Amino acid sequence: MNAAGFPLLSLLTFLPLAGAIAILTLRGDDKVTAENARWTALWTSLIVFALSLILWFRFDKTDPGFQFVERLDWLSEFGITYHMGVDGISVLFILLSTLLTPICILASWESIQTRVREYMVAFLVLEMMMVGMFAALDFIVFYVFFEGVLIPMFLIIGVWGGKRRVYASFKFFLYTLLGSVLMLLAILLLWFRAGTTDIPELMRHAIPAGLQTWIFLAFFASFAVKVPMWPFHTWLPDAHVEAPTAGSVILAGVLLKMGAYGFLRFSLPMLPHASADFAPYIYALSIIAVVYTSLVALAQEDMKKLIAYSSVAHMGIVTLGIFTFSVQGLSGALYTMLSHGVVSGALFLCVGVLYDRVHSREIARYGGVAKIMPAYALVFMLFTMASVALPGLAGFPGELLVIVAAWKINAWVAFGAAMGMILGAAYALYLYKRVAFGRITRDDLRGLMDMSPREHAVFAPLVILAIWMGVYPQSFLSFFEASVTALVVRHEAALGAARLAGM
Amino acid sequence: MMNWTLALPELVLAVCGLAILGIGVLPKRNTFFPCAMAVVGAFLLTAVVTLGVPEGTAFGGQIAADAFSRFAKVLILLGAAAGVVLSIDFNAREGLDRFEYPVLLLFATLGMMVMVSANDLMALYIGLELLSLSLYVVAAFNRDDERSAEAGLKYFVLGALASGLLLYGSSLVYGFTGTTNFDSIANVLSDPTKASSGLVVGLVFVMVGLAFKISAVPFHMWTPDVYEGAPTPVTAFFAAAPKVAAIALFARVLGGPFGDLAGQWQQVVVVISLLSMVLGAFAAIGQENIKRLMAYSSIGHVGFALVGLAAASEAGMRGLLVYMAIYLLMNLGAFAVLVAMRRQGRAVEQVKDLAGLAKTDLGMAVWMAIFMFSMAGIPPLAGFFGKMFVFKAAVDAGLWTLAIVGVLASVVSAFYYLRIVKVMFFDDQVGAALDPRPATVSLVMTASGLFTLLFFLYPAPLVAAAQAAVAALLG
Repeated sequence: MNAAGFPLLSLLTFLPLAGAIAILTLRGDDKVTAENARWTALWTSLIVFALSLILWFRFDKTDPGFQFVERLDWLSEFGITYHMGVDGISVLFILLSTLLTPICILASWESIQTRVREYMVAFLVLEMMMVGMFAALDFIVFYVFFEGVLIPMFLIIGVWGGKRRVYASFKFFLYTLLGSVLMLLAILLLWFRAGTTDIPELMRHAIPAGLQTWIFLAFFASFAVKVPMWPFHTWLPDAHVEAPTAGSVILAGVLLKMGAYGFLRFSLPMLPHASADFAPYIYALSIIAVVYTSLVALAQEDMKKLIAYSSVAHMGIVTLGIFTFSVQGLSGALYTMLSHGVVSGALFLCVGVLYDRVHSREIARYGGVAKIMPAYALVFMLFTMASVALPGLAGFPGELLVIVAAWKINAWVAFGAAMGMILGAAYALYLYKRVAFGRITRDDLRGLMDMSPREHAVFAPLVILAIWMGVYPQSFLSFFEASVTALVVRHEAALGAARLAGM
Repeated sequence: MMNWTLALPELVLAVCGLAILGIGVLPKRNTFFPCAMAVVGAFLLTAVVTLGVPEGTAFGGQIAADAFSRFAKVLILLGAAAGVVLSIDFNAREGLDRFEYPVLLLFATLGMMVMVSANDLMALYIGLELLSLSLYVVAAFNRDDERSAEAGLKYFVLGALASGLLLYGSSLVYGFTGTTNFDSIANVLSDPTKASSGLVVGLVFVMVGLAFKISAVPFHMWTPDVYEGAPTPVTAFFAAAPKVAAIALFARVLGGPFGDLAGQWQQVVVVISLLSMVLGAFAAIGQENIKRLMAYSSIGHVGFALVGLAAASEAGMRGLLVYMAIYLLMNLGAFAVLVAMRRQGRAVEQVKDLAGLAKTDLGMAVWMAIFMFSMAGIPPLAGFFGKMFVFKAAVDAGLWTLAIVGVLASVVSAFYYLRIVKVMFFDDQVGAALDPRPATVSLVMTASGLFTLLFFLYPAPLVAAAQAAVAALLG
C-alpha cells in the first residue's frame, strides 16, 4: 500500500466523477437544480482539494521515485495495468488542478446561468481527467485521460462560449486530436517493442537512436500542439477568447501544462538522444515563441487574446527550460509552469470580473477602472506584476532559473529569453495602463461595483500563492529537486554511454 | 459421422422460425407484436443453446462449431434481437407492422449463423444467400414508398452480382484445389507450389464477393442508397448484425483455408482498408441525411476493422473481433436514436432535425454524443479501444502506411461526428421538438450507451473471448 494507507490517487481521480453522477441525478425545477448543482460541485471539488493536501504533507521530498503507487490488473495479458503514482514532477500539478477546479466553479457561480447542471458535470469530469492524467503511470491510462480531456473541454467551449464558439471548439478539438493520434502510434510502437505500457518500465527500456527520432517527432506532434509551441499555437487564442472565463482558467492553468509535462515525463527520459539532437530546434522555436507572441500580444485589442498570447510566450520559456537538460533549467521550467498556472488563471479571472459587469473584453472599452474598483485594481496589478516576473512575485524565480540555465547553453538563447521578459513587461503594463488608469471615458463604467465577497474568495488563495511562490520558492522547489536531479543524471548517463560506445 | 448436435443452434432457430411463421399466419388479427416478441425469444433461446454446443465439425465437414463461430453468433444474435426490438414501435407507426417482418429478420439471422459456422464454400454460399434474400425483401419492406422499393431493387441487383462473383470464385477454387472444404483447401495450400495463379484469381473473386457484403470500398456503392432508402429499423439491422457476420466470414475464409496465402491477400486487404477509411472519412462530411452519413461512417468503420485483418496476425484478428463487437454495440445505440427521430408523428432524417436536442431531450442527446465520441475514437469510450487494438496490430506488423493514414482518417471522421454533437448541443432548436421516444428505443440506447461508456472499466472479458475465438480460427 502507499504512504496514505489508502488509494489516494484513485480517490482524487474518481471522486469528481461521483460528484458528477450525483449532480446528474438531481431533479426538480430549473432554479433549484442549478443551485444544488453549484453547491454539489463546489463541495465535491473542495473535498477533493482537501484530500489532495495529503499529498502536500505526506509526500517524501527526498525520494526521486514514484510514491503513493497503486496497481490493479486491467489488461495484464497485454502488459497494461492500471498503475498510478506521483513523483516530484507530477505531484504539484495534481495540487494545481485540484486547487483551480473549486476556484473555477466559484468563479462561474453567477456568470453561468444556462444549463448549470451540465456545466458543473463537465467541470467535474474535466477535473477527473486532469488529475488522472498527472497520476497515470501507464501509457494507455495516460493517453485515455490525456485525450478524454477533449470531450468536456469541447462542450465547455461550444455550449457556454462566445460568438465564434463553434469554430473555436472544433479547432481546439481537431488540432489537439491530430497531434495526439500520432502520439498514439508512437505509444503502440513502444508497447510492441517493450511488451508493456508501464511508464517506469519503459523508462528503463533502451530505444535505438534511429527510432528515437521518429518517436520523438510523434510525441512532439502531440505535445507541441498542447503546449502550444509556435507555430502550432493558433488554436489557443481562439479557444481562450471563446471559452467562458472558467474554461480559460483551466485551459491556461492546467491543460497547457499537459504538453510540457509530456516532454518532461516521456520525451526526456525515454528518448535522451533524440531530445539532445532536437534541442537546438526547440530553442529556436521557443525563442521565436517568446519574442514573436510577445510582440503579437502588444498589438491585441482583446484582453483575453492578449493574455492568451502571453501564455504562449510563457510556455516558450518553459520548453526552453526543459530542453536545457540542467537542474536549473528543468526546475525553472517546472516553476514557471506552476506560477503560470496560478498567475494566468488569475489574470483570466480578472478579465472575467470585468466581463461579467460590462460584457466586453475590448481593451478600449475600459479606462480608469482603478478609480471605480480600487480593490479589483490592486488584485489585477498584483497578477500583472507576477506575470511580468517582478522579483518577489510568483513569475520571477522560474524565469530567472531558466535564463540562468539558458545562459550556460548559449548567450543568445538567454538573450532571447530575457527579451521576452522585457516585452512581457511592455505588453502587460500597457494592458494595465489602458484598463486601470487614465480618464474614465465611458459613463456606464462609473456605476461598476467593486469585487463582491464571492470574488474576494476566488482571488484570495491565488493572491496568497502568488506572493508565497515569489517570496519563498524553496517550499515548492524542494518538491521536485530530487526527481529533477535524478532525471538529469539519467539523461547525462544515457548520453555519456552512447558517447563511449561511439569512441 | 453425423454429429447433428453441433448444428443445434441453427436447427433451433429454424424450427422456431417455422413455428412463428405458422402461428403468425393463422389468427385473423395483426400478429406483428407477438411475432416480434417470439422472434426475440427465439434469439435468446438460440444464444443460450449456442453457448452450450460442443466443438467440432459436422455434416461431412460442412459446419464447424468452435470458439470463433460462437463468438460471432452471440454477437449476431444480440444485434439481431436489438434490431427487432428497435422496429417494434417504428413499424407500428409507419404501418409496417406485418408479422412477416420479424420472421424475415429471423431467417436472415439464420443465414448469418450458417455463414459464420460454415466450413465449406457450399455451406458458406447457402448461408449467404439465405441472408441476402431475406434482406432484399426487408429493404423494400415499405413497398408503397418509392425510396424503399428502389433500395430493395438496388440491393438485389448489386447483391446478386456479388453472389455471382463469389460463386465464380468458389468454382475456380474448387477447380484448382479439387475441394470446397476449408480444411482440405488449407491442406492443399500448405504446400506453396500448389498455389497456382488460377487459384489466386479464384481467391480474389471470393474476396470481391465478400467485400460487397461488408461494403468495403470500392464495392460500397450500394450502401448509402440502401441505408437511406430502407426504413430506419431496417438500416439499423443492416448496419449491425449482417456486417458483423460478413466480417467474421471474411476473417474465417482468409484466416482459415487461405491462411497460407496471406502474402497474396494481405495486399488486397490493405488497399480496400485504406480506401474504405479514407472514403468513409471524407464522403460523410458533406452529408445532410443522417442515415446516409451513418452509411459512410459504417464504410469507414469497416476500413478500420480491416486494418486488423490486413495485419494477418493473431493480434490483428483479435483486434478485428474486438472492433466489430464494439462497433456493433455502439452502432445499435446510435441507430436507436435515429429510429427515435420523429416530429409530429413523421419520421425525420436530416442532421439538422437534431438541432437543440440537448434542450428538449437531454438524455438522448447525451447518449448520442457518447456514441459519436466513441465512433470518433476518443477515450475513455469503447470505440477508442477498438481502434487501439487494430492499430496496435498494424504497428506490430510494420504496416505504417495503414496505421498513419488510419489515424489521420479517424481525425477527419471526428469532424462529422463532432458536427452531430454540435448540432445537438450548440445549435438552437428549429421547429417543434422531437416526439417523446418510445421505451424500446430507450432500452436499446441505454444498454448500448452503458456498454460504450463503461467498457473501459473491465475490458478483459471481451478481449479474452476474442482471443479464444482467434485461437480456434488460426489453430
